[in-house]
Amino acid sequence: MSEVAANRTLIPKLSSLARFTFVDVILWALRIGVVAVVVGGTIGTLIKGRYGIAQWFDFLVFGVTIGSVYALIALGYTMVYGVLRLINFAHGDIMMTGAFSGYFLASHFAETGLLDSHPVLAMLGILAVAVTTSTIIAVLTERLAYRPFRHVRGFAPLICAIGVSFFLEQTFRGALGSGIRAYPDPAWQREVVSFLGFSVPMVEILVVVAALVSMLVLYIIVQRTKMGTAMRAVSEDADAAALMGIDVNKVVVFTFVLGGAMAGIAGVCYAFVFKQVYFFMGFTPGIKAFGAAVLGGIGSVPGAMLGGLFLGIVESVGPALFLDGIGIPAPYQLRDLIAFTLLIMVLIFRPYGILGERMAKKRA
Amino acid sequence: MTMAGAATSAKRRSRRRERSPLRHAVTLGLIFGTLAVYLAIVGILPMIDARWIIVDVVSLGDATLIAIGLGAGIATARATKPQRLPPLFLHALVAGAIAGGLMALLAIAMQLFDLRVVFIALSAALFETLTFGLGLPLGAIILVGAGALLAVLGAALSLSPPTIRKPVLIGLAFVVFFGVFQELIQIMMQFNDAIGSLREALYTWEGLTPEGAGAIFLATAIGTFLWTKSLRARVGERVARFTPAQHSYAKATRIILAVLLLVLFPVIAGSYIGQVMMLVGLYILMGMGLNLEVGLAGLLDLGFVAFFAVGAYTTALLTADSPHALAAYTMLPSLSYWAAMPLAVMASVIVGVLFGIPVLGVRGDYLAVATMGLGEIVRVIVQSDAAAPLLAGAQGILQIPKPSIGGYELSDPVQLFYLTLVASAVAAYFAWRLENSRLGRAWMAVRDDEDVAQALGINLVKCKLLAYGLGAAFAGLAGSIFAVMLTSIYPTSFQLLISINVLALIIVGGMASLPGVIVGAVALVGLPELLREFGEYRYLFYGAALIIMMRIKPEGLWPSATRRRELRADAGELVADDADEIAGAPAPEASSPGR
Repeated sequence: MSEVAANRTLIPKLSSLARFTFVDVILWALRIGVVAVVVGGTIGTLIKGRYGIAQWFDFLVFGVTIGSVYALIALGYTMVYGVLRLINFAHGDIMMTGAFSGYFLASHFAETGLLDSHPVLAMLGILAVAVTTSTIIAVLTERLAYRPFRHVRGFAPLICAIGVSFFLEQTFRGALGSGIRAYPDPAWQREVVSFLGFSVPMVEILVVVAALVSMLVLYIIVQRTKMGTAMRAVSEDADAAALMGIDVNKVVVFTFVLGGAMAGIAGVCYAFVFKQVYFFMGFTPGIKAFGAAVLGGIGSVPGAMLGGLFLGIVESVGPALFLDGIGIPAPYQLRDLIAFTLLIMVLIFRPYGILGERMAKKRA
Repeated sequence: MTMAGAATSAKRRSRRRERSPLRHAVTLGLIFGTLAVYLAIVGILPMIDARWIIVDVVSLGDATLIAIGLGAGIATARATKPQRLPPLFLHALVAGAIAGGLMALLAIAMQLFDLRVVFIALSAALFETLTFGLGLPLGAIILVGAGALLAVLGAALSLSPPTIRKPVLIGLAFVVFFGVFQELIQIMMQFNDAIGSLREALYTWEGLTPEGAGAIFLATAIGTFLWTKSLRARVGERVARFTPAQHSYAKATRIILAVLLLVLFPVIAGSYIGQVMMLVGLYILMGMGLNLEVGLAGLLDLGFVAFFAVGAYTTALLTADSPHALAAYTMLPSLSYWAAMPLAVMASVIVGVLFGIPVLGVRGDYLAVATMGLGEIVRVIVQSDAAAPLLAGAQGILQIPKPSIGGYELSDPVQLFYLTLVASAVAAYFAWRLENSRLGRAWMAVRDDEDVAQALGINLVKCKLLAYGLGAAFAGLAGSIFAVMLTSIYPTSFQLLISINVLALIIVGGMASLPGVIVGAVALVGLPELLREFGEYRYLFYGAALIIMMRIKPEGLWPSATRRRELRADAGELVADDADEIAGAPAPEASSPGR
């Protein structure tokens, strides 16, 4: 009897090995390769000891800064996906519109000196302009380009979204010029604040605080208000929500308003960190933030925040920690490589993300 | 359509019917006016204003504004269709006046504020053009009046019988064509003396003369009139009486004529046209490759440029006379182009399969983003210093020799065009055979429903990897020709924009349709290349084309036969429901691919 039982357990094992095709071999090689680079690189870097503790802290803080910007953008992706099941490919460009419109006010304020004399007022003004612009553009995009595809399945909505992305980029390029413009760099933003014995530039603190406050506000709106509840209902099941008397159109517009506003704030933050704006600036952060949204579990608001922060930190610490250790020259050029690899690994191996299991199960 | 959707769209439809014609006219006026203002702000209007259609009389910019004015009138006439004429003309008048009024507002705003600080295109020269050089109050009034007048003209044109409307529109189109492409046409017309003297009659060196334009208009308009009046019916009768043998003979003649035209055209038209046609040929090659992936197999691939890059880099590494070539530091000999090209294609196929394996399980929208990420990874690696010892980094690989046949070097763009033409013809044959093969049908099954296809015994892994590999082969061939065309390659040539470009052309042309690829490549690559100043706005045009195509003609300009049949079947079902919706809503055939 025991022999039969042993056979029974043995046979499936063998057959599962037989089903182990070359595709699995390559997928496992991919997994092992990435882990090997991460582990090997980390060990190598730590043995080399090229970076001091202060530098690691700098990387980390910068990662949190840029990560919170990604989180703000990722929120727009995740909310729109939740409600419409659409990748709003143009969301990165909506961020760009915010950054660009903020630029004109910011440079005006920098000329008149308001940015130095009344920094809080000036920053609020810049944010207001950016948020207004990007919100208006997000709502217009929804109305003109996405609404006709509300009930179309397949490629059409995504291709339309790609078209919108190009249209926005090129419109801004044509109207405002193709050159890179320098964002103003007031002295108070360069000031260094001491924090637990480490020094942090003011602008990074500013960005993190702005992002955290806006995310908190957003979270409260989504969780506590009537409209937020309606939004969550639509993203659970749009048809049932409509039957319960929720105006789906209104909810969709509201979602785009929230996403656009977050993108506007993100645009100004991004521009103040990197000190430049140009028409194509929204593309790469947009794609990365989409990765962050998927990483956190698309459709989940806290997931997008976590995913963004995680992506920012990995991207900032990664080149030094993983790539320097295995002897790759100029690892900072490969920052985008790390972000894109993370994006692809998530899409391949964990498309439902960290917090998205519940939703994935429901949809399966 | 879900219940909620049905309910809202029904509501919207009834609201559309209730809307008064006057309100409709106002809306249309606002739309057309916004379009004109948009063109001005983005800088297209000032740019195309520099190109004359008729020298010193009408520029392309003027023509565009005139077309917008006429369009407002035509759209109003089409949309409202009242029984009596006076209210219709009133509505058209309102629409045109509003469209002109928006332009006038732009002019006023330019006068009052210094908009140039923000919008770089709003120059003083544009202000001059907008106000006809007459300054503000008068210029603005003329704008409004001209808009109203044009719209009334447009409405009248739209209501006139087709025997008049068609010749007028076709005549105008020909004048615009001969005016806009005057440089190229003039070069071609220098071919021999008889045509040369015709050129002198129609053109000065800057463009069409007013007399020339008039002659072209009259000739084409009268020609069209005669054709529609009598000739078409007679020719149709003759064709209808053809025997099957005669039909196939006629078809063969047409194909031979087309091939002859393709072969001889660049010789007549000069090397610039040759270069443009060659570029179009390269995009046709890539389009056919992506068509296998997107059109047939339904795998939306935004990293397609990676295969193009692999083809180009393999060719460069194998043939170039540079320190980065493989021959410089390995035992490999420096190959000739003809030996390197198959290897480049092979390398692309391998990369295509490797590219496909990780994303096998990813579907739909995620697949698009994943492939885009893969494409970007390839670009980042090629551009980085880390890979510079192998791939030369940002400096690029220089001195790639041109291909030669028996000691005769193919150096002229026209000669390289023939290389592209042959490659495209071979590739088109393969694509055509693939489409109707067992594999092609399997791809279409996977496209329409992956799970059902698998249940029917189609090996998904094999099927998808073949799509990636074969699609990549086309792109690799294109990349290999691209490398010898430029004789040097840089990582900046392999941007994501190329992937989007190829995607846009197969969507505009029609997915899964070979002639569609050609139409798309000519429209999206050839035209912007010919209108050189337009090149800057090419991607704006692409973005708009993607959105508009998806909204009004998701099956493309030249859909494949299967797609057309499906569409007809769908349309037949929908007629009973609401004829109005068919034009507006992308019919279900758009939803069949993917997922």
